[in-house]
Amino acid sequence: MSAVSQAQQIPRLSHTGRVTQLRVARSEWTKLRSLRSTLWSMFAGVLLTILLPVLFAALTSSHWGSMSPHERADRHPLDIALAGVNVSQLAIAVLGVLVITGEYSTGMIRASFTAVPKRLPVLWAKTAVFAVVAFLLMLPPVLIAFFASQAILSRHHILQISFSHSGVARSVIGGAVYLMLVGIFALGIGAIVRNTAGAIATFAGIFFVIPPLMNILPSNWNHAVSKYLPSEAGRQLFSLTHDANSLSLGAGARLFVGYCALTIAVAAFLLVRRDT
Amino acid sequence: MAEGLTKYYGEQRAVDDLSFTVQPGLVTGFLGPNGSGKSTTMRLILELDAPTAGDVTLNGKHYRDHTAPLHEVGALLEARSVHTGRSAYNHLLALAHTHGIGRRRVDELIDLVGLHDVARKRAGKFSLGMGQRLGIAAALLGDPSTIMLDEPVNGLDPEGILWVRHLLRGLAAEGRTVFVSSHLMSEMSLTADHLIVIGRGRKIADMSTEEFIRQASGGLVLVRTPQAAELRKALLSGPDVTVTAAGPGLFEVRGLTAVQIGEAAAANQLVLHELTPQQASLEEAFMTLTRDDVEFKAADLESEEAVL
Repeated sequence: MSAVSQAQQIPRLSHTGRVTQLRVARSEWTKLRSLRSTLWSMFAGVLLTILLPVLFAALTSSHWGSMSPHERADRHPLDIALAGVNVSQLAIAVLGVLVITGEYSTGMIRASFTAVPKRLPVLWAKTAVFAVVAFLLMLPPVLIAFFASQAILSRHHILQISFSHSGVARSVIGGAVYLMLVGIFALGIGAIVRNTAGAIATFAGIFFVIPPLMNILPSNWNHAVSKYLPSEAGRQLFSLTHDANSLSLGAGARLFVGYCALTIAVAAFLLVRRDT
Repeated sequence: MAEGLTKYYGEQRAVDDLSFTVQPGLVTGFLGPNGSGKSTTMRLILELDAPTAGDVTLNGKHYRDHTAPLHEVGALLEARSVHTGRSAYNHLLALAHTHGIGRRRVDELIDLVGLHDVARKRAGKFSLGMGQRLGIAAALLGDPSTIMLDEPVNGLDPEGILWVRHLLRGLAAEGRTVFVSSHLMSEMSLTADHLIVIGRGRKIADMSTEEFIRQASGGLVLVRTPQAAELRKALLSGPDVTVTAAGPGLFEVRGLTAVQIGEAAAANQLVLHELTPQQASLEEAFMTLTRDDVEFKAADLESEEAVL
């Protein structure tokens, strides 16, 4: 009771620093690494990126003997190596969404905006910290996936491709870049929608529902429109070949970065105008 | 501080043309029934919500324009503002980083609010009282010149309530501005020097706690005398004075202070057996002041029914 019955002195702060973009980034890094949900999403992303190509390579190897020449021609070593990217993008997207919607659902956003009332530094910091973490986190798995799947296939002497082969290194690293951009896109969606379920549904709609729906269109329309969808434009980052129905690497990359920039810009516009 | 502050949520008017100034060195209580706009006002001060009209500044600047906002205002909001999945320590650390505040300060505050043993546990598992302590730690993190707390004693045990009371008084004694809302009138009467009372988003009173209670008491003085008729005559000479018999030889006098009554009795050489100024409790004072407001609500309902 003695601690209670006398007035407590609040220790004074020797110096008080101003809010800077770098300090907000450090704060966001602390937030990102201190959540179990984030760590699980990361773990799932890494695991899927490695395990699916390994599984795919093992299955291809064991069934190679019974495959028709047509089927064999359809298999490409890079498609196998990057098979995990198509699935782990969902884990990365969920992570990107949670970085922002987790703050809205728990009320943390009020604390964040009280500390940084200008708000935009929070969005920039979240985007930058998340982008760096997502890229550094996903780069090793895509490399491991490539070499592991190649190692499995090499035991049957099939579907060999060298990392130094033209475009291979670019495509493999492009897989990590693609995942990073998917995460940024999802973060922007999360900041716009401000609700976890709604943001994930929106993301899934854009990346997983709309593309197959395009098949309902007459095929010449489908070919004209589909290549401009975010998922198709982004896919060029990790595709070795580009045909008439897809954009070139440069055009696809630029368009996908544009989509990401657009969602972040809309998020920024809304962030400073809406009540919290 | 606040000038003509107004906030509508759609058609709903939460704060209506509210103007007030909060002084440093005092504990200012912010009173009002539930839904009267206290929390909204605090959100407007922090610019979490934008006002529909009016303006609010802190030390001459908008909150947003301060370079070190946490050094300016430390706030505890009524709604929880903590990520449930993060530990108390990491929550404070993340906030501290934005202002370049170090780990030592975070540790100091965790000790100060008594969360040392649970600092590494997820905040989502905290009780209401522990959550309030964490919120208070966050509010004090930046060594702020203004402390703004929304219902700080909510969920605290008696020891915690006492702790908050001492804390607030101590902060005010250090010259800080302390602005604290509560629906516990008795708590405010022990803690607050000054009161701002609102009802339905409008200001009802803005005065010292003493004045508030005195005014609501209506200056009622209880007088007991064996010379009832003579005293009655002597007192009724003044304007706006009412004397009501409350028993044999007992009066309730309004419109005069105890001093005035005593002097009037002495001047007329009358004997007094009792002379007691009646103090309304803060609750009573509050009820008296917000009564019109409540009636207004009831009238509103009736007119709506009439339209239907």
